[in-house]
Amino acid sequence: MSEVLLKVENLKTYFYQASGVSKAVDGVSFSLNEGETMGIVGESGSGKSVTSSSIMRLLPARTGRIVDGTILFQDTDIRALNKKEILSFRGNDFAMIFQNPMTSLDPVFKVGRQMTEMILAHRKISKKEAWDIAVDALRQVGIPEPEKRMNAYPHELSGGMCQRVIIAMAVCSNPRLIIADEPTTALDVTVQAQVLELLRELQRKNGTSILLITHNLGVVWEMCDTVMVMYAGKTVEYAACRDLYANPLHPYTWGLLDSMPKLSSDSKKELAAIPGVPPDLRLTGTCCNFYNRCPYCTEQCKTSVPPLRELEPGHFVACHRQSDAERLERGGASDGK
Amino acid sequence: MLKIIIRRCIQMVPTLLVVVTLTFFLTRMLPGDPALAILGPEAEADEIELLRQEMGLDRSLPEQYVSYIADVCKGDFGTSYSYHQPVLSLIISRIPNTLLLTLTALIFSLILGVGAGVLAATRQNTVIDYLISVIALLGVSMPVFWLGLMLILQFSVEMNLLPVMGMGSMEKGLWDVISHMILPGFVLAVIPMGTFARTTRSSMIDVLGSDSIRCLRARGIRESRVIWIHGLKNALPPIVTVFGLQLAGTFAGAIVTEGIFSWPGMGTVINTAINNRDYSLIQGAVLFIAISFVFCNMLVDVCYMLLNPKVDFENGGH
Amino acid sequence: MGMGKNKNTAFSDALGKDANIEMLKRERRANNAWNKLRRNKIAMIGLFVILLMALMAVFAPVLAPYLPNEINPGQAYLPFGSPGHLFGTDDLGRDLLSRIIYGGRISLIVAVGATFVGAALGILLGLTAGYFGGWIDSLIMRIMDGMFSFPFILLAMILITVIGNGVLNVTFAIGIANVPSFARVVRGQVHIVKREEYCNAGKVIGVSNVRQLFLHILPNTMSQIIVYATLRVADAIISEAFLSFLGLGIALPTASWGSILKTGRECLTTAPHVATIGGIFILITVLGFNLLGDGIRDIMDPKMKQ
Repeated sequence: MSEVLLKVENLKTYFYQASGVSKAVDGVSFSLNEGETMGIVGESGSGKSVTSSSIMRLLPARTGRIVDGTILFQDTDIRALNKKEILSFRGNDFAMIFQNPMTSLDPVFKVGRQMTEMILAHRKISKKEAWDIAVDALRQVGIPEPEKRMNAYPHELSGGMCQRVIIAMAVCSNPRLIIADEPTTALDVTVQAQVLELLRELQRKNGTSILLITHNLGVVWEMCDTVMVMYAGKTVEYAACRDLYANPLHPYTWGLLDSMPKLSSDSKKELAAIPGVPPDLRLTGTCCNFYNRCPYCTEQCKTSVPPLRELEPGHFVACHRQSDAERLERGGASDGK
Repeated sequence: MLKIIIRRCIQMVPTLLVVVTLTFFLTRMLPGDPALAILGPEAEADEIELLRQEMGLDRSLPEQYVSYIADVCKGDFGTSYSYHQPVLSLIISRIPNTLLLTLTALIFSLILGVGAGVLAATRQNTVIDYLISVIALLGVSMPVFWLGLMLILQFSVEMNLLPVMGMGSMEKGLWDVISHMILPGFVLAVIPMGTFARTTRSSMIDVLGSDSIRCLRARGIRESRVIWIHGLKNALPPIVTVFGLQLAGTFAGAIVTEGIFSWPGMGTVINTAINNRDYSLIQGAVLFIAISFVFCNMLVDVCYMLLNPKVDFENGGH
Repeated sequence: MGMGKNKNTAFSDALGKDANIEMLKRERRANNAWNKLRRNKIAMIGLFVILLMALMAVFAPVLAPYLPNEINPGQAYLPFGSPGHLFGTDDLGRDLLSRIIYGGRISLIVAVGATFVGAALGILLGLTAGYFGGWIDSLIMRIMDGMFSFPFILLAMILITVIGNGVLNVTFAIGIANVPSFARVVRGQVHIVKREEYCNAGKVIGVSNVRQLFLHILPNTMSQIIVYATLRVADAIISEAFLSFLGLGIALPTASWGSILKTGRECLTTAPHVATIGGIFILITVLGFNLLGDGIRDIMDPKMKQ
């Protein structure tokens, strides 16, 4: 087994607002090995993006704060770094790809200027050398006529092209970890596949680890080695991808899988949506966050927080009714009523 | 690019025509007889009649209008009777003084105002932010002519520190020029400074919250670069717009300020002209100022287009 | 579907329905415009100042200890804080406090009136230009551009020279000078509103032009107009003061804050308190209107929510 690159334990990131404390991330744990890809899935507002911002230490300065937990990047405690030290990680060891490529580049500077700026921020080389590195990176990600694109403004490029430029920026610094926050959501379907393929190719070449945030389970099956399911700020299930696919344990994961359209099964079957809405994050913390939408809910679920337990080797789940003593049958209770 | 500038120039023509027309009719509507004003109340009736004919006042309004436009096109703005010289040469002799004062005030207020605005935006909801916001608001709410009076009171009457009247001359040394400029320049700079600070602050807050800034931080760019290079360049368009308005505003402010500090510029000329009912001077000065405004606006528009690569060049911007 | 019953939002049973409803109520209250304004400290300070000045203007005859034009040469140039004359007296021995109170009346009437004149004409022209477009738009906006090319204060100065001084004329002159900027703001807003779906819907079902203008477009541009008008009142106060200060606006002996400053300038060295106090009142009132305008703009702008 390869070495652990990133280890996150019991991460808690809260947002302090006038209306109360919003527990955006409230207990997230996972680890990511070198050269592997981990997926984070969950519905909007489940804390996926806040988790990645916490790792990058990119939270809004006055409202968001990491209140508990550890983030270890190899042997470095990310939480303990000061402002200057974290800068040498961002864009160097960590690269980040955001959801909307069109707004991820500064609109008033040319592509080349932004790329060389980033390279020069981390390496002591001449402008000319930085320029050459940037052109080379653009070529690597399959951008035709890279010299010409260097002199283009972001708005002159298409969405897919912008995302390639951003990936090229990540390539320049040869990062250990790429955090991709819904990298394909804003793109056309055909372009999506190209971008994912590009990421995979880079991973093969450089041995980079990827943290892939998505709400698309199809992408997860295709790309990831491990996967973490998040709900209302918490890790509810965390396992190797094939284990989760073959044997999901948390009722929320079941709901998520049922709500995904499948080409293979008979298409007449209705898609099952999970009823209800996620809880207000200002009110969570005293119960299982999923209890009000869960068909297997008991009194215990309403009064205590379920711990994250390793039920099978490498398969973690946070559910009161899934323990060594008791196991739930998938779909059992809902058929009974 | 050149094409757009040319098109903007063509768009200016109707505006200029309106300006000339408005000036003409407004001055024609001024009460009193210009000929009488020039000659004084003791003048004989036939003298007045003669002068009226000379000035073309006996002709019909449309005729006067046409000949006025023709004169303006030739650069003939008439003659000022209170200064006894052609209006245009009077204006040209005074305009450098006003420009010296207004541009100095504007440049200082731009640097200080934008700096303060950025500082406030990056420290949003802190004591520094509140302090800057309050001072900026005081600035934009200031009746500047009153501020001028108060400064005269403090600095000349009470402490006798700075000269408060007129303009210094280089012959007496650089300090003479500068010391004469400090008070009127400050008074003139107060409103633009407040406006720049407020505009910069709100524009910067918008920009700093944007995706592209977050991405820059994620790329490990130094915070000072993120703010002063990327943030500020993105925040510039509204600042440029306000700069254009302030360019005009400061010119108007000069009318107010120059009167109080007896600064020998356009403002004093206009004040004198209105007080003495010097019709051709009012007409000429007003027209001159309005035309410079139209040109300033065009310049600002062009800057705006240069700054923002996304502006649609086909439709001329906006 | 066994889960179907549980449709309530978060934790309705565990934390009690009341807590949940209470939160929703609180949110709705928080979103009401007036309540938003009330929570906005900046706006409330501004409103307080304006109300104070307005009350002072309305109850001037009750509040003022003397008549504003009551001359008493024996008591000229009394300083600030003299017995019987809180703010002292001016060159003719008139009680400054009384003059400030009565002057506030004139200044506020002129400023608010001028803004009304400017807003009414500007709205009319802006709506027409923005709604009909085409040559009407070009004609109106070219004229507005032309007027806009004159510095505001210069335009007001010349208008006042044309029509003569006096309260009504000053109001009118400042009002006319205000028209182009209002017309621009309104036209810009109309262009934004016109692109909205419901306007096209109105056109499809055959709503008449005038009806469409006044019932649908005008109300939707109102919030912007209110913000702008509040800020323009502040400017109008300064403009009136400046015109009167030059002797073009409200002529002495009528008290207005501007004419008090004119007196103050003439006796700046012998009685500096006259100009000082007069200016402070102008500054405070202008500040009040600017604060209120800022506050309203903040709560109208969805991006600025706290």
